[in-house]
Amino acid sequence: MNIHSIRHWFGRASELMNEFYNAPYRSAIARAKRDEDDLFMLLVFSEMMGVPNPAAYYTLELQPLMLERFHEWHQRMGMEHSPLDHFRCC
Amino acid sequence: MNAIIVMLLGLGAMFLGYVFYSKFIAEKIYKLDPNFKTPAHEFEDGVDFVPTNKYVLWGHHFTSVAGAAPIIGPAIAVIWGWVPAFLWVVFGTIFFAGVHDAGAIWASNRNKAKSMGSLTGDVVSKRAQTLFMIVIFLVLLMVNAVFATAIAGLLINFPSAVIPVWGAIFVALIIGQIIFRKWMGLGAVSVLGVVALYVLIWVGPNMPLQLPDMAMGLSDNAQWILILFGYAAIASLLPVWVLLQPRDYINGLQLFIGLILLYGAVLLLGPDMTAPAFNSNTPEGTPSMLPLLFVTIACGAISGFHGLVASGTTSKQLDKETDLRFVGYFGAIGEGSLSLATIIAACAGFATLADWEAVYSSFGQGGVSAFVEGGANIISQGIGLDVGISETLLTVMAVLFAGTTMDTGLRLQRYIFQEWGNIYDISFIQKPAVATLLAVGSCLLLAFGAGGADGSGGLQIWPLFGTTNQLLAGLTLMVITVMLVRLGRPMYVTLLPLIFLLIMTVFALVIQLQGFYEQEKYFLFFLDIVVLIAAIWIILEATATLSKVSKENKAAG
Repeated sequence: MNIHSIRHWFGRASELMNEFYNAPYRSAIARAKRDEDDLFMLLVFSEMMGVPNPAAYYTLELQPLMLERFHEWHQRMGMEHSPLDHFRCC
Repeated sequence: MNAIIVMLLGLGAMFLGYVFYSKFIAEKIYKLDPNFKTPAHEFEDGVDFVPTNKYVLWGHHFTSVAGAAPIIGPAIAVIWGWVPAFLWVVFGTIFFAGVHDAGAIWASNRNKAKSMGSLTGDVVSKRAQTLFMIVIFLVLLMVNAVFATAIAGLLINFPSAVIPVWGAIFVALIIGQIIFRKWMGLGAVSVLGVVALYVLIWVGPNMPLQLPDMAMGLSDNAQWILILFGYAAIASLLPVWVLLQPRDYINGLQLFIGLILLYGAVLLLGPDMTAPAFNSNTPEGTPSMLPLLFVTIACGAISGFHGLVASGTTSKQLDKETDLRFVGYFGAIGEGSLSLATIIAACAGFATLADWEAVYSSFGQGGVSAFVEGGANIISQGIGLDVGISETLLTVMAVLFAGTTMDTGLRLQRYIFQEWGNIYDISFIQKPAVATLLAVGSCLLLAFGAGGADGSGGLQIWPLFGTTNQLLAGLTLMVITVMLVRLGRPMYVTLLPLIFLLIMTVFALVIQLQGFYEQEKYFLFFLDIVVLIAAIWIILEATATLSKVSKENKAAG
């Protein structure tokens, strides 16, 4: 047994262990993260819903970056198209 | 008989069951197809649907189904002698649990990984789905009340475990932070966590802690129950990665270490089964073995709770359909082996029959404390570990399992309350804190309502909990049977267990009903009636659906 095969074996074992730690809670944590991301998106689009946003100058720049997430979000919420009047999606 | 023979017979039979019977089930009944595109691949999203290595999947399927229940049930049931409990655990695992667990994964896998609840709605009827939700709620309610009582009893009987049990929570909190913030690799953290836990277990016997016998008019038992629910309420509101995830992980490691220690000690020591094979001298007030045995041991022989895990999370992560034979069936065997270890500990761990009879002085006595005492004797004599430390070790193992189940159970109950708030449009119930309070309140009502102000009555619910758990298993078996009939495949492998379960549960409910009435325990009497109604409803539902489906089949061809 050389050092390489030991290292390989060790790497594989730690991979499986990580899976064992993470797999059961992956979905709960990912969902929590998704909720936070949704909140952030709401902040970015707040002006469009009539909520004054002191950082509008900066969040406007972020809007194009949010496009894909926005699409994914409105589909997830069961709306076929964008619900915002001035913001078309698909 | 020597415990080594019992152990080899039991493990050997279960292993043969896996090699032959599960192969038959997988190939001839469920007809598993390695090329079937599993939901994990079809809907892969990195969140819920993730194809997972089958050994990893088995690892957490096994650790999420194996908890305190497969320890408590058999530890109570050996009061009728060890042979009946042994036979029911071994044959139950082979012919009931394995088929049920693998079947639940299969049914869900073939239906877009839907949960058993919504599958019941699709396959059987909407009415049956409502019934399913009611039964789940009852199971959760009882499991929390029973486990709180069991933990309280353990902490009073073994005060040496108090420091390690609560210390383990801090260990888990620290581990959770270390892993979350990526300060250290998981391997190092695991070693650190296990070492820390075992240092606490070593410290425990030197610093036993006891609550005052009476404080504010509450017995020590009642005080522990209140503290436990207070803890569980807070824990269930924390994000999962803070406490539940690291706790579950340490518990998983602890489960494997505990099993290896116990079986290893049995092999080294080779104790005799001091308990009678069939106990003809049962203490007064012990109910008849038939049917009560079949509901006292639920987890470990067959448990409906497994169906929820199988269809809720496991089926969404199945890489290949053929993996489910290993994950589901072998997962059931893992749990069966935990129950088998319990039976050996509770029956071979006492020096004389008189010692054993002193522990099992009445029905419901002994139980998990007998497992701890007996198991500790075996470990200390087999491996040479100090008795006090061995006792603390096994107590910590049982309490941590039960505690994690309470945390999860309360969380699930909160979701159910929040959903009701949503359905009926009552906004304040939708708040997590309010829903948690409602969940805790209903559990406390049960824990104290069942046995009076000292809260000692919680364990009286145990057989009723087993019954409800079996009904849940019955519902899952019904779904699988209907699916098999629709596919034109033989249905006896699931139908026979289903019929057996329904007969035993109804029989047990009626006998307990009579018992509760005679002992004037009206709270339990009422609860029994609710479960009995659910049971009869299930029988009607199953008969109607199966006759409808077989008529359709005949008409079709």
